[in-house]
Amino acid sequence: MLHIVNKSASERSSLDSCLRMATKGSAVLLIEDAVYAATKGNPAESKIRAAGESLKVYVLGPDLAARGMSGRVLDGVSVVDYGGFVDLVTEHRNCQSWL
Amino acid sequence: MSEMEMEDDGSGIVKKFMFLNRKAPHGTVYALEGLEVVLITAAFDQDVSLVFTDDGVYQLVKGVDTKGIEVKDFSKTYRALEGYDIEKLYVDQASLDARGLTADDLIVDVNVLSVDEMANLMAEQDVVISF
Repeated sequence: MLHIVNKSASERSSLDSCLRMATKGSAVLLIEDAVYAATKGNPAESKIRAAGESLKVYVLGPDLAARGMSGRVLDGVSVVDYGGFVDLVTEHRNCQSWL
Repeated sequence: MSEMEMEDDGSGIVKKFMFLNRKAPHGTVYALEGLEVVLITAAFDQDVSLVFTDDGVYQLVKGVDTKGIEVKDFSKTYRALEGYDIEKLYVDQASLDARGLTADDLIVDVNVLSVDEMANLMAEQDVVISF
């Protein structure tokens, strides 16, 4: 399953809710204000690092760039573009957007 | 001008306005709309303080490129505020620290305040408007 999160982890609980429900081997894609969770030194860094042990974590590059965060991505998180976003959707049987 | 006219007119009254920015840019429209309101307030010659706390500190991060998401890059507008006599920009130290940021990562020169300093600044305002 592909989980998509679009809210800042320091403002909403959607990342926590997602990580609680995501089963081993699932993919988590961070977009919009959720991309901050994938940056070095942010409050959710330890959660993303821990998630990386059992989940595949992706972050949308254009949303990082728009926030000046392209150079701060955590190791172990894969940056994808819009084409990569589409690939993730097609590669997974289903997806859930944690709005 | 008589005293009565001055009261009716209301000109010359300067209040301390704080604009409190607590949201990241782009994900919601708050940051951009807040900036528009700040510019309007400046036109009325008020005492404006612009404050960035929590995710609001992300509004000031430099090195932004919004081409990929096809929205306006309004981060450069913060640098133009000086031209509108808005020179009181304050950032919460704890919010920067929590996000792995320093004042060097920001697009404008700001005053970095401790929690106590920020609390006092807020308490002395006539009006606080939150975005």
